[in-house]
Amino acid sequence: MQNNQHNPFGIKMSKKPLTKNIVTLTALVIAFAVMLVLSEAGILSRHMRSMLVPVCINIILAVSLNLLVGFLGELTLGHAGFMSVGAYAGCLFSIAMKEILPMAIRFPLAMLVGGLVAAVFGVIIGIPVLRLHGDYLAIVTLAFGEIIRSVIINLEFTGGAAGLKGTPQDSTFVIAFIVVMITLILIINLVNSRHGRAIMAIRDNRIAAEASGINVTYFRMLAFVMAAFFAGVAGVLYGHNLSILTAGTFDYNKSIELLVIVVLGGMGSIRGSIVSAIIITLLPEVLRDLADYRMLIYALVLIIMMLLNASPRFAAVKAQFSPAALKAAAAAKKAAKEGNANE
Amino acid sequence: MKKIFAIALAAMMITVMFAGCGNSGSDDASFVIGGVGPLTGDYATYGISVKQGAELAVKEINEAGGINGVPVELLFEDDQVDAEMAVNAYNKLMDDGMDVSLGAVTSGACIAVSEKANEDGILMLTPSGSQVECIQYPNGFRICFGDPEQGVNAAKFLANNNVAKKIAIIYDKSNDYSNGIKETFVSVAPEYGLEIVSEQAFTNQSNTDFSVQLQTIAGTDAELIFLPIYAQEAAYILTQAQSMGMEHIFFGGDGMDGIVEKIGADNVSATDGLLFLTPFDTQADEQNIKFTADYQAAYNAIPDQFAGDGYDAIYTIKAAAEHANVKPGDADFNEKIIAAMTEITVDGTTGTMTWSADGAPEKAAAVVVLQDGVATPYTAK
Repeated sequence: MQNNQHNPFGIKMSKKPLTKNIVTLTALVIAFAVMLVLSEAGILSRHMRSMLVPVCINIILAVSLNLLVGFLGELTLGHAGFMSVGAYAGCLFSIAMKEILPMAIRFPLAMLVGGLVAAVFGVIIGIPVLRLHGDYLAIVTLAFGEIIRSVIINLEFTGGAAGLKGTPQDSTFVIAFIVVMITLILIINLVNSRHGRAIMAIRDNRIAAEASGINVTYFRMLAFVMAAFFAGVAGVLYGHNLSILTAGTFDYNKSIELLVIVVLGGMGSIRGSIVSAIIITLLPEVLRDLADYRMLIYALVLIIMMLLNASPRFAAVKAQFSPAALKAAAAAKKAAKEGNANE
Repeated sequence: MKKIFAIALAAMMITVMFAGCGNSGSDDASFVIGGVGPLTGDYATYGISVKQGAELAVKEINEAGGINGVPVELLFEDDQVDAEMAVNAYNKLMDDGMDVSLGAVTSGACIAVSEKANEDGILMLTPSGSQVECIQYPNGFRICFGDPEQGVNAAKFLANNNVAKKIAIIYDKSNDYSNGIKETFVSVAPEYGLEIVSEQAFTNQSNTDFSVQLQTIAGTDAELIFLPIYAQEAAYILTQAQSMGMEHIFFGGDGMDGIVEKIGADNVSATDGLLFLTPFDTQADEQNIKFTADYQAAYNAIPDQFAGDGYDAIYTIKAAAEHANVKPGDADFNEKIIAAMTEITVDGTTGTMTWSADGAPEKAAAVVVLQDGVATPYTAK
């Protein structure tokens, strides 16, 4: 019914994106349950257990960056900057409230604080940055990320270059996973809503979108601020997972790593972002046994995956195994069977 | 049905990725020492030096029959100076049955690791994590000087030997080591009658051209320029100062180690008269001469202080285990070896060390002076 409200011409909206996303979410919940059982039973190695929270953090970062890169169609290189603002805000809040509030109240509040502060920075930075497009926007966001980092290094209360210490270690796999689910549900809903369609319309043709009465500035700002908010929340999770927070972590390399995740997973594909966030986070750790060749192999694997992703032949192979293709194959098989039975 | 199958397959794939890493588990047939440090990336030279120094010590110990008869195994993992990666590496080492941890080579990573090592209750002896918080827990010890100690030692040396009274500082604002030394130095300087006439900062984004900082200092009446920074940047500063014809005395901390290699043979005259605080001198005594020779034979490089720290860390663990007379797998292995740390005296390549309960080493800070690329102990005029 809701569809009709936004759809005055009665055009039938495809229900496909929604079911596709429900499949993604269900798969994630199952994976989570399996990992939780394995980790509680002690089957999972400590090394892999320590990767669970970072994987969740990278999923949040990748999905929120995808909102900008994939759905809004703007290349930004400042995502690590928003992450660091959120991390510092959330950690400073937690340190101040350590003795006052219990963890169950403090940590969600810290995430909210981190997210909101990052969102405020999103607005402040968005006002000048969103006047630009394409390469210019990428360069300016990169510069803003670096400014944030330099400011943090030069401030006293952030611990400067020595880093911020004494944050309570509140991040757990369960909490991180809950945040992942909330992020996914909110972002998927946004993308599939009228707002999401407006954002994608801007991506596909800004002039046409503007001519159709879409407030381009508003929707670009909305996507920018939302992405900043979730990056901030991910930053808070990151800060509460380690006992030290240093500004050096959030340099442009981090932003580029996040961009690699999004591009690898496919721009505009939320499921792709999730899968590639898992792979990119785990890959360097799984390759630890290769010692000296680790970073070489990691780079090679990245190149191969990017080439495969861009290859139409691989896309055709992949399509054969997609749920839709499997369904079609099953239907064909069934039809053939019935045909046989009829004979 | 197919859909559920697909989901189950996806879930299984993820599980396999996670669980794929083999878990070799702990065995007590060897004394496993685990280290974490940068082996790739911008700071790789520190991690590699510590690793090679430690490897050399492990080789010597194993040839002499191990620790209390148990052979030593050294495992070293890369962290690229990233705290998160250091914790992952630490956890991997715990999977591999680590008995004693070398913490991490760099301070930030070491602080993150110290949290986990404290939860596990194992001995953590960092060769080179110099920030105060690296050894904040009772199980944490270090080989190198802490940053504040170096700041105090530097001021003490300048005052006691009457080297200079008016001092300019160039430091790396983006680096915790440099900041740590500089802050303590500035705060204790008045006590020692030293006057700071100029403080010039740079960051890791602008660490090749120092003409502005040097020009500013040249305009003051500073007699000595204090450089609590690493050798790479110091090499630029010294060559640029020489080409500007500056006649100041230059003085650095232990980060200055390796300056002769960094500056290159062509510019070695720029280091003439450079003073620096270091607990490590390749030619200090017979032990160091032997260590330097062995290290050169094994790795074709002159050992720096980080290598000395790594080497000493392994021998310190050996001394503690032998003092407590414990082997991995003993009932109170961790408690006994940690307790032994405050009772031992180790004569290492970086000096003769004893430890207090706070984990910091007591050792003498020597000052060396460079001439023609050769370091000799400083003697007061």
